[in-house]
Amino acid sequence: MERIPILKLGDFLLVTIQVDMHDQLVMTLQDDLTERIVKTQALGVLMDISSLEIVDSFIGRMIGNIAAMARVLDAETVVVGMQPAVAITLVELGLSLPGVRTALNVDSGMKLLRTMLDQKEMANASSAR
Amino acid sequence: MTINSQSYFPELLKQYEQELLTDWLNNQLSTATRRTGLLKEAELREQSRQLMNSLRNAVQHGSLTDTNTPEWLPVRELLANISNTRAQQGFNPAETATFVLSLKKPLLTRLRKELEKQPDLLAEDIWTTNLLLDQLGLYTVEVYQKSREDVIARQQQELLELSTPVVQLWENILALPLIGTLDSARTQVVMENLLQKIVDTGASIAIIDITGVPTVDTLVAQHLLKTVAAARLMGADCIISGIRPQIAQTIVHLGVDLSAVTTKATLAAAFAIALQRTGATFTRANK
Repeated sequence: MERIPILKLGDFLLVTIQVDMHDQLVMTLQDDLTERIVKTQALGVLMDISSLEIVDSFIGRMIGNIAAMARVLDAETVVVGMQPAVAITLVELGLSLPGVRTALNVDSGMKLLRTMLDQKEMANASSAR
Repeated sequence: MTINSQSYFPELLKQYEQELLTDWLNNQLSTATRRTGLLKEAELREQSRQLMNSLRNAVQHGSLTDTNTPEWLPVRELLANISNTRAQQGFNPAETATFVLSLKKPLLTRLRKELEKQPDLLAEDIWTTNLLLDQLGLYTVEVYQKSREDVIARQQQELLELSTPVVQLWENILALPLIGTLDSARTQVVMENLLQKIVDTGASIAIIDITGVPTVDTLVAQHLLKTVAAARLMGADCIISGIRPQIAQTIVHLGVDLSAVTTKATLAAAFAIALQRTGATFTRANK
């Protein structure tokens, strides 16, 4: 069966979507990713959708849902590399994904994840005192 | 006298082409509506000769009542061509149509002379000629109109492109100075331009300056928020600047919620905060 690869990169998981998504594929991704987060105790997820050119309301909603699920499992999600056309489509569909952090490319996404984790650590440390 | 399909018209054109052309040209050259500055006499002669020629060919085989048949294609093409050039040269529609309609006079005069003895046939042919030339005249106006509409559409497009520049202020900072009212079509262009520029430059902050937007109603505000949301999805933050006092009042009175977006009164203030966010610092040099 077709699957989206999930790569472990230090404390993070890297999901690169290189094909056009269909409903079954995104459901499989949801299962695989939540399982991997639990198994690897990952602190962050970087979802690269730069090759994704077509989205519908379902895929758009699932991107938001996956980010929310990851947050429940204490992993921050950053979606990177969204194409302009995809962004416009999602906004027109009324899906502006308010809970999802975004970045322009993998590089700045990684940076964002790191600063978010640092901030989280600092907050935890100060509340422990 | 042998008469082709009950009408003398095709025969007339065949026999008296040269005479008709001369009459027609004299007619055209003497009318008050002629614009010597726009059209050279030689050019007018050439156009008239070509039209006469293709008209003669068309009536020999084609229908005399319907100019949409394939036999009339050369005539229509020629007319479309002439009409297009005249629209570009600055003729008005009346002048353009007169070019074709002025052919009536020489034709009808010649018909009357030739068919003096057959009043029935004369009446019939006058009617045919009238119908035919009216059709061709209308077609000319139609093409004229169309070419003018094309010009308008092109200018609208150019205006749309001109009015939405995206400028790079600093490393990672873009500015989008909006001027004029924002409607859906323009928002679409603005959004596409901005997002593409974000991809091209890798910018992380975009400043949307609305100093030049005359009024902000709920629709314009919604369009702005859409642009901000789309930019955010790409990973770039937006700052809205250039909000005039009246605009601030209307926004609040309309109940538009801009709390999700950073707003600044001036572009300068927005630029300062954008520099701060990208990690740049600036100090005044001491002399």
